[in-house]
Amino acid sequence: MTDSVLYSVLLLASLGVVAALVLYIVSKKFYVYENPLIGEVDEILPGANCAGCGSPGCKSFAEKLVNTEDISELFCPVGGNDVMKQVAALLGKEVAEKDPTVAVLRCQGGCDVRPKTTEYQGPRTCAISAMVYSGETDCQYGCLGDGDCVAVCDFDAMYMDEATGLPVIDTDKCTSCGACVKACPRDIIEMRPRNKRDLKIFVGCLNEDKGGIAKKSCAVACIGCSKCEDICPKDAVTMENNLAYIDAALCTLCRKCVEVCPTHSIIETNFPPKKPKKVVEKKPVVKKVVEKTEVEKVAVVKEQVVAKVESENPKTDA
Amino acid sequence: MLKTFPKGGIHPPENKLTAEKGIKRMAVPKVVTVPIAQHIGIPAEIVVDKKDKVEIGQVIAKSGGFVSSNIHSPVAGTVTKIDQIIDTSGYKKQCIVIRTDAKNEANFVETEYPLLTEIKLESKEIVKKIADFGVVGLGGATFPSHVKLNVKEGVKLDYLIINGVECEPYLTADHRLMLEKTAEIIVGIKILMKALNIDKAIIGIENNKKNAINQFKELTKNEPGIQVAALQVKYPQGGEKQLVRAILGREVPKNGLPMDVGVVVNNVGTVFAVYEAIQHNKPLMERVVTVTGKKMENPSNFWVKIGTPIKDLIAEVGGIPEGTRKLVNGGPMMGKAIKNTDVPVTKGTSGILLIDENEASRGEAKNCIRCGECVFVCPMGLEPHLLMNLSEKGLYEKASNEDIMTCIECGSCSYVCPSHRPLLDYIRFGKSIVKKLETSKN
Amino acid sequence: MSQPIIVSASPHVHSDRTSKKLMYDVVIALIPAFLVSLYVFGIGAFIVTAAAVISCIVFEYLIQKFLLKSEVTIGDGSALITGMLLAFNLPSGIPIWMIIVGSLFAIGVGKLSFGGLGFNIFNPALVGRVFLLISFPVQMTTWPTAIENQTVLADAVTGATPLGLIKEGLMFGETMTNISANLPSNLEMFLGLSGGSIGEMSALALLIGGIYLLARKVITWHIPITMLVTMAVMTGIFWLINPESYASPLIHILSGGALLGAFYMATDLVTSPMTKKGMVIFAIGIAVITVVIRLFGAYPEGVSFAILIMNAFVPLINTYFKPRRFGSKIKAKIV
Repeated sequence: MTDSVLYSVLLLASLGVVAALVLYIVSKKFYVYENPLIGEVDEILPGANCAGCGSPGCKSFAEKLVNTEDISELFCPVGGNDVMKQVAALLGKEVAEKDPTVAVLRCQGGCDVRPKTTEYQGPRTCAISAMVYSGETDCQYGCLGDGDCVAVCDFDAMYMDEATGLPVIDTDKCTSCGACVKACPRDIIEMRPRNKRDLKIFVGCLNEDKGGIAKKSCAVACIGCSKCEDICPKDAVTMENNLAYIDAALCTLCRKCVEVCPTHSIIETNFPPKKPKKVVEKKPVVKKVVEKTEVEKVAVVKEQVVAKVESENPKTDA
Repeated sequence: MLKTFPKGGIHPPENKLTAEKGIKRMAVPKVVTVPIAQHIGIPAEIVVDKKDKVEIGQVIAKSGGFVSSNIHSPVAGTVTKIDQIIDTSGYKKQCIVIRTDAKNEANFVETEYPLLTEIKLESKEIVKKIADFGVVGLGGATFPSHVKLNVKEGVKLDYLIINGVECEPYLTADHRLMLEKTAEIIVGIKILMKALNIDKAIIGIENNKKNAINQFKELTKNEPGIQVAALQVKYPQGGEKQLVRAILGREVPKNGLPMDVGVVVNNVGTVFAVYEAIQHNKPLMERVVTVTGKKMENPSNFWVKIGTPIKDLIAEVGGIPEGTRKLVNGGPMMGKAIKNTDVPVTKGTSGILLIDENEASRGEAKNCIRCGECVFVCPMGLEPHLLMNLSEKGLYEKASNEDIMTCIECGSCSYVCPSHRPLLDYIRFGKSIVKKLETSKN
Repeated sequence: MSQPIIVSASPHVHSDRTSKKLMYDVVIALIPAFLVSLYVFGIGAFIVTAAAVISCIVFEYLIQKFLLKSEVTIGDGSALITGMLLAFNLPSGIPIWMIIVGSLFAIGVGKLSFGGLGFNIFNPALVGRVFLLISFPVQMTTWPTAIENQTVLADAVTGATPLGLIKEGLMFGETMTNISANLPSNLEMFLGLSGGSIGEMSALALLIGGIYLLARKVITWHIPITMLVTMAVMTGIFWLINPESYASPLIHILSGGALLGAFYMATDLVTSPMTKKGMVIFAIGIAVITVVIRLFGAYPEGVSFAILIMNAFVPLINTYFKPRRFGSKIKAKIV
């Protein structure tokens, strides 16, 4: 009895020793030298492997950082300036500071303001439906609503709003890795600077059609009226192909353009409520804005816009 | 046993509702919308301005390169605007809108051209004239015809094949043309034979068009160079590669062209356009369009000016029937669904098909049951189920190795799939990505 | 036009074949064999079949609804087929609880653990059958003999299958001439009046169903014909060499699960190869393994094992036996 116990213990122990030896020899024999700095840099990096920096993963980005002389061109959008500074300190190299950015959706054409005129059947991915035709609505520039951007987001920072059929970006979670920008066949997602307290002003439309046609297809489309361009004190607004664009570098967030836009296609986010005097009926909605989280604020702004458009222009396509 | 291609193929219900209907001439539309991208290749360059007066047959957009084609005004009138208008691609494209001059008699004169059999031009001149007169392949691909006729030095050609197969269900445009313009088409064939310096031509016609086969046989009795081949009815026999395989038994190599096996293929519609261009100096500005649908009051074949809005055609046959859910430009297998009836007829519009509710909806896609039906019917010997999977998962490199690029997009796989899987949708998507990857590599 | 126009990519028409129709065609094809089993085994066959079908459908429903929380697909007919095929591979006297266990294994492990219809590697009914055969060898090989027990379910008179008789006889050193005295005649086997599993009784009924499937183009001839011909050739060679130790090809084809396997189980769309070349290779493989098990193995019957073994090779076959790509052979045919 004791013999058999002893034998099995011995056998197993010796097997273990042999296996350990083999492992040891193999690990020595096939050891690949790697710059220890790469491991250290990799530790600092966020480890999300999102490929937002252009490298396929954090490890390869770390290698690139270690092996490149001048790393001022390289940037980890997820880690931001903090991480890059740490890396620079570790490697003794210079990095360029970049303004933190966040993804914004440049389309507000929800189901309620942009009516569907056809029905698409086929695989529900934006990439394929964009190949078939210009989309279910009459606007061939706006969101297709099949959520390719949501599918590629590794940070759970996007979801589809069932009511509007548009994706919503959670700015707290967005790391500005840029995956959604690449996935969108319509290029409606743009990386814009976060600014202070995440205040942003941008044109929420990409429709290049002439005013009448644009308005007919979508109530909140930019109609290219140039009012914003005229009023902007800093010349931050440019008009091209019947479409306004706000240059974030020049914009001082004065919000004058938001006020003049007749179709409310210019979006402001996270601003404190306006003086209530201006639009009286807006008051209850404005109050809500204060309580809502950042994400929802965008949606609320949109709601206001819709409400206002409808009340002001009952016959939109006249 | 009639000839056909051996691998794959399907036989969908033919539904040739308009086979007995003669080609009627459509009234000249009040406004025509002429897109500048009506052919494969580089879009043409607009050479007219807003408010310009144009004559019938005047060049309004010039060929933008070698693989491109001239575009002629189908009416006499005034250019009212040059604008982005939705066309058959489903996207807004540059179009020239011309208002027909109601007073200009040239618009309403119907010339009956006499049959001219004597071919005066030399080979080079013929090719040049075909290019100038904007002739493109009218079978559906709209490949500029002069490019096909520009044979490189040293390439030996021995057969001209004329595609009168019309394997798409519903469509009868080519069938009617063959019946009504038989003699003209034969002259057109001779013109092409002269241009290509080929002495043998075969007209391939599927056996469901027996009257056309007989008529061609009758008229080519004394033409030793021209033969008629009756083919078994099978889709997609109208595909170039399948047709060459069916008639001559030659297999066009992978990624190759019929030219690689000494053959040039042209559609009967194209041949007729060539005849009109060469013998009567008439540029390509009208074509035969089948307007059809099961519920339609009076489906018919029409001679239609390029640029006529589709709604005019539909009004002519009694309006859109109740319950129509889909508008297709072309046949049911390879045609494109269009968004609305403002879309104009282009050089590639062989038919307008209206599909009602019952047939318009796609079935819900279910799991693949691995029955292999798509593999059996693929005329190119591909494995559609595999290609769809690879393309869905983003494995484009592998898909490329599985010859995804040789797919001719005939749709046989999607047609037979008992689980209603969108096979071709994904394959087409995979192809577009593989193409992008390949061009970025080079 | 009250509803919006539909836009989709081509093709815009579809054949009227659906997977559901294919499945129900298989069910229809199984009916003749089922009727014969009712005639031969009486109520027992009905109880076994009903138990297998119901438990397969119920288990599919329960697992999909509560365990996987996915879409319930019991309507597509595949669970029904699994139940029927499982029952057809069982003796009519088997206790019902075993059928339920077998169904659970067939549906749960054989099908849904792989991801449901279309993703399973092995034929679910055979997975269930082989599971039962290995777990309960006695009950699984106790064959109530035909005719005598039309109404009685348990404690019936039992007998052996023709193949079982041959195997046993040969093991005890008897010659085929002696054994064949105890065997049912070829005609009896053809009509289905011998012992065996519920569904493998009547070659005639199975052939009728098989021809129906071929006529409806649910299956192609490649698998069943190749498999049966290969089996006949192989057993024929042995039989010609020594007719005293090997049974004739006719006995091999008509008895046991050869026909049931060839027409209904090897041809299972999901678990068979997707190219015609592949199907031929697959069928040859099944036939060879079956014959080897029958002639030299411990089991008298080997079709189930053979099909399962070849099922495992299907992905490999699909990878290596591809259809010939159009234009891949470039022959200079230019005159």
